[in-house]
Amino acid sequence: MKENEKPEKGNQIIEEAAQAEYKYGFVTDIDTEVIPKGLDEDVVRRISALKGEPDWLLEFRLKAYRHWLTLKAPTWGHVHVPEIDFQDISYYAAPRQKKPGEGPKEIDPELKKTFDKLGIPLEEQLRLSGMAVDAVMDSVSVKTTYRERLAELGVIFCSMSEAVKDYPDLVRKYLGKVVPYTDNFYAALNSAVFSDGSFVYIPKGVRCPMELSTYFRINAAQTGQFERTLIVADDDAYVSYLEGCTAPMRDENQLHAAIVEIIVEDRAEVKYSTVQNWYPGDKDGKGGIYNLVTKRGLCRGDHSKLSWTQVETGSAITWKYPSCVLKGDHSVGEFYSVALTNNWQEADTGTKMIHLGKNSTSTIVSKGISAGHSQNSYRGMVKIAPKATGCRNFTQCDSLLLSDTSGAHTFPVIEVGNDTSVVEHEATTSKINEDQIFYCNQRGIPTEDAVGLIVNGYAKEVMSKLPMEFAVEAQKLLSVSLEGAVG
Amino acid sequence: MLVIKDLQASIEEKQILKGVNLTVKPGEVHAIMGPNGSGKSTLSAVLTGNPAYTVTGGSVEFYGKDLLALSPEDRAHEGLFLSFQYPVEIPGVSMVNFMRTALNEKRKYFGQEPLSAADFLKLMREKRSIVQLDNKLASRAVNEGFSGGEKKRNEIFQMAMLEPRLSILDETDSGLDIDALRIVANGVNTLKSKDNATIVITHYQRLLDYIKPDFVHVLYKGRIVMSAGPELALELEEKGYDWIKEQVDAHQ
Repeated sequence: MKENEKPEKGNQIIEEAAQAEYKYGFVTDIDTEVIPKGLDEDVVRRISALKGEPDWLLEFRLKAYRHWLTLKAPTWGHVHVPEIDFQDISYYAAPRQKKPGEGPKEIDPELKKTFDKLGIPLEEQLRLSGMAVDAVMDSVSVKTTYRERLAELGVIFCSMSEAVKDYPDLVRKYLGKVVPYTDNFYAALNSAVFSDGSFVYIPKGVRCPMELSTYFRINAAQTGQFERTLIVADDDAYVSYLEGCTAPMRDENQLHAAIVEIIVEDRAEVKYSTVQNWYPGDKDGKGGIYNLVTKRGLCRGDHSKLSWTQVETGSAITWKYPSCVLKGDHSVGEFYSVALTNNWQEADTGTKMIHLGKNSTSTIVSKGISAGHSQNSYRGMVKIAPKATGCRNFTQCDSLLLSDTSGAHTFPVIEVGNDTSVVEHEATTSKINEDQIFYCNQRGIPTEDAVGLIVNGYAKEVMSKLPMEFAVEAQKLLSVSLEGAVG
Repeated sequence: MLVIKDLQASIEEKQILKGVNLTVKPGEVHAIMGPNGSGKSTLSAVLTGNPAYTVTGGSVEFYGKDLLALSPEDRAHEGLFLSFQYPVEIPGVSMVNFMRTALNEKRKYFGQEPLSAADFLKLMREKRSIVQLDNKLASRAVNEGFSGGEKKRNEIFQMAMLEPRLSILDETDSGLDIDALRIVANGVNTLKSKDNATIVITHYQRLLDYIKPDFVHVLYKGRIVMSAGPELALELEEKGYDWIKEQVDAHQ
């Protein structure tokens, strides 16, 4: 009640938050094999050689590299990506695992410790819930759990490098088919230098019995992470896939330019959930990850379904639009997103729903939350091709502002090519309500917790789409990311 | 338990409370009445620490503590409860989650372990019945889509859960039909004990037929201008406020 109490308390909270907010900011001290900074054809060849790749893949990389040289970085996003010196980045960093005298499946204790610290146990027997994990540190996959058990069902879940060796025909058949290297600047770059990532193949008629997940960790300094994930769900297959990511706190920015491609065949369903918690930079906007990724799924089969759910709290800059190309008749695309930005973070995220198949439907629910001095944009496209009759789209796009100095923006594009399709778009912008906060205060709930509660309530529709274990984690993350957001 | 001395407060530079004096003891029920704009709701907002108001003078002691020095949440922990005139909706936050957070914050304040989920749900069932809230209502989001009557019952339900030492009911009767009024009043009376106290803020005698006050105060132009027993409420019902206004204004 004292007049001068509020700002003081606010400052104190912000200070505490700045010190404590990002708990994954540690660095693992491990011997890392890094190729020198810079990018040219030799570097591309060297990455390919290090991984022992077949010629066709090297060709793919080189074509992508040559195409990339002709492109310029996109500037249409509502984000300020500084000019990146692509010659000042190392494109390959592999933790050198110590495993003298042990079997090839043992992993370095130092790496195991790192993932334990991140809450990602790599020991299968230690896991309570059945979730298979592919753990990727910098440029390589460290360990994939439950591979054997999944293989009994014909499910392939392994690192991309292993997939290239063990299932070259499958990889060759699908790689670059949804996101060609010509797609955009960062997709071309990724196609040239991608290092590792996950490969998933669910055969016909198989419902994958456990959640599959990839955990991405950037550790080495002055490197970029360029991983590539490819998921194929054959006819009548089902898989739920989770992606998590963190990085150490560093003053310089680091680049993460990934590609995710998904192919969904007849009557198959893929659920892809992301909890993105890359280091967002400090409270003054110093450091943090540039998260510039291309994610797209092709619902190729009739009655196929792809559902994207993302909770975005990290990164200094986020530029990503997980999209669905709805080619099959009666195919279904969904996008559920919570994007929270605090301090000086910038996010430009959304989706594209491209309706090519008849009677295809899509749903978009986007919840943006902006705090501090951050900028948060929703960018979406709903396109219905002239021949795609009877399509439906529903878009709901809400923005919540927690400060006067943050911004919320929406850039929707709607193109409907026939008159039997229906597109609905709803949008709201609101400020966090002081009456709500005081109501919580009066019941004994401090402001910080009240904001967390209110924001989680606001995002509930999206959070409820996440798998259970993930949802709890994501709720905590939303609250933590908001620390100091309201003074 | 509560000693208010010469309390003055303003909102956006406008002086609303101009020196309120009031003492409340355990077991007592005080009614505060008065015409619109006299400062009744401001008094409840200032006592509970609503940051929209600025205290410009006076003091408030609550069980020997300087109430005005405490944060709103600590005032709640110390046992101050406000039944809001307009309870806000918090979309997406279930009553279960909300009350559990509130109750566990209070327990934390007193160095107690959080309640287990089972114990909490049992407590919730028990308290819910006091104001006849059904199970579905309690699992809905806080006040979202509640009718006027449901919102007020929900306030008293929260009061039952938090077991405050001093409850302020701010126009709890507004917007209630007679059945809802009876349920709410019964709830309040059930929770009444010799150790807690209630301040009832109201325009009308109607609520006081159900919740019997020991004292009735008239707040006018930011001051308590008249205090008496329950008979004053009946007199006000009959004669209105004009005679008091005239008396006060004549003195100024």
